[in-house]
Amino acid sequence: MERIPILRMGKVLLVTIQVDMHDQLAVTLQDDLTARIVDSGARGVLIDISSLEVVDSFIGRILGNIATMSRVLDAQTVVVGMQPAVAITLVELGMSLPGIRTALNVEKGMALLQASIEADDAVPEVPDASLED
Amino acid sequence: MTTRIHEILKKYPSELIAEWFAAMTSSGIRRDALLKEGELREQCAEFLRLLTQATEQGNLTDINSSGFASVRDMLERLSRSRSLQGFSPSETATFIFSLKQPLFDRLRRELASQPEAVADAMWSATVLLDKLGLFTTEVHQRTREEVIVRQQQEMLELSTPVVQMWDRIVALPLIGTLDSGRTQTVMETLLQRIVETGAEIAIIDITGVPTVDTLTAQHLIKTVTATRLMGAECVISGIRPQIAQTIVHLGVDLAGVVTKSSLAGAFSWALKRLNQSLGSQGPRAPGKV
Repeated sequence: MERIPILRMGKVLLVTIQVDMHDQLAVTLQDDLTARIVDSGARGVLIDISSLEVVDSFIGRILGNIATMSRVLDAQTVVVGMQPAVAITLVELGMSLPGIRTALNVEKGMALLQASIEADDAVPEVPDASLED
Repeated sequence: MTTRIHEILKKYPSELIAEWFAAMTSSGIRRDALLKEGELREQCAEFLRLLTQATEQGNLTDINSSGFASVRDMLERLSRSRSLQGFSPSETATFIFSLKQPLFDRLRRELASQPEAVADAMWSATVLLDKLGLFTTEVHQRTREEVIVRQQQEMLELSTPVVQMWDRIVALPLIGTLDSGRTQTVMETLLQRIVETGAEIAIIDITGVPTVDTLTAQHLIKTVTATRLMGAECVISGIRPQIAQTIVHLGVDLAGVVTKSSLAGAFSWALKRLNQSLGSQGPRAPGKV
C-alpha cells in the first residue's frame, strides 16, 4: 500500500508529502506518525506540504488532528510550504487551523522547531533546581 | 428574387461602390481624420466582393451560415478597428446601412417591369443588410467591453503593489474601496509575493481605505489567516480613529490580529519581531521609529 515516508532527523520527524493526499493516505499518515513519535521519542514534527496543490477540509482537519495528537505525545508540529492557493482555499472553507504553527519553508520551519524544543527543554531545569535547594 | 440581388452585385460592382461611397459621404459618416479615403474604398470593394460570393448560393436570411463566414470575418475586423479608432456604433453600422440606397436604386431600375419582384427583393436585401449592420454593432460593443475588462484588470493589478520594505518584511499599501473582487486579488498578490521574497512579516496598510465595513473587515481577517497558514505574520496598520470606532461598533473581532495605528508603528514592530534595527539605532535602543 502507498505510504508517505517519515524521515528522522535527530529529535525531529520530517514528513514530505509529494503525492496527492487522498483520505485513506492521510489517515495512514496519522497512524504511522503517532506510532513513530512514540517509537523514536521525537520532540518535533515537520510536515512539508509545498508540493500539495489541493487541500480539502478533510485533509485540513487531519493536519489539525496530527498537531493535537503530537502535542499530547510531547512533540510540536510545524507545517511548512503551504501554497497561496491552498491557504486561500482553507480560509474560504473557514478553516484557520488554529492549533498549527506554520513556516514558509523547511529551513525556517526547522529553525522554529529547534528553537522551541530548546525553549521547552529549558523549562524542566527550573523545578529540578528548586528540588535540589 | 434572391438571385436578383446577387445578379446586381455581380453586374454593377464599380457603380455600386461609387454610389455607396457617395451615400456615405453625404450622410456625413466619413471621418477623414480617422480613416483615409483610399482605405475606405478598399473596405467597400472588399465587402461587396465577399457579399457577392456569399449571396451566390441564394441564401440571404442566415448570416450565421458558413457561406457568410468570410463576410462575418471581414466585418468583425472592420468593426474592431473602427471601435478602437473611436468611431461610434452607429457610424460603424451606417457603413452597412448606406449600401441600401444604391442597391435599392439598382433593383428598381433593373426590375422596373415587375413591381412585385422589386418589393420582394428589397425586403430580402433590407433584412440581410440589417442583420449585417447589427452584427457590426455587436462586435463594436464587444470590443469596447473587452477594453473595459482589460482596463479593470490592469487597474486591479496596479492598485495592489506589494513593496519590499526590509529584509523579510513586505508591505501592501491599500488605496480605495475594497470590494470582494479586489480583496481576492490583494490576497493572491500578497501571498504570491510572500512566496517569492520569503518574507516573514507582511504589513497591510489601510490608510488609503476610506471606509471599512463588516465585509471588508472579514476580508482582511481572511487575508491575515491565509498569511499565517503560509507561515508568515501579518500586521494591519493605518487604522484611522473613525475606522477604529466603526470596527468596534460593528462588533468585528480583530483579537487574533496584530494592529497598529500607523505604518511606522507596524514597521517598528516588524523590525523588533525579527530582531533587526535601523542603522542609527542599537539593537536594543529604545525610542520611536
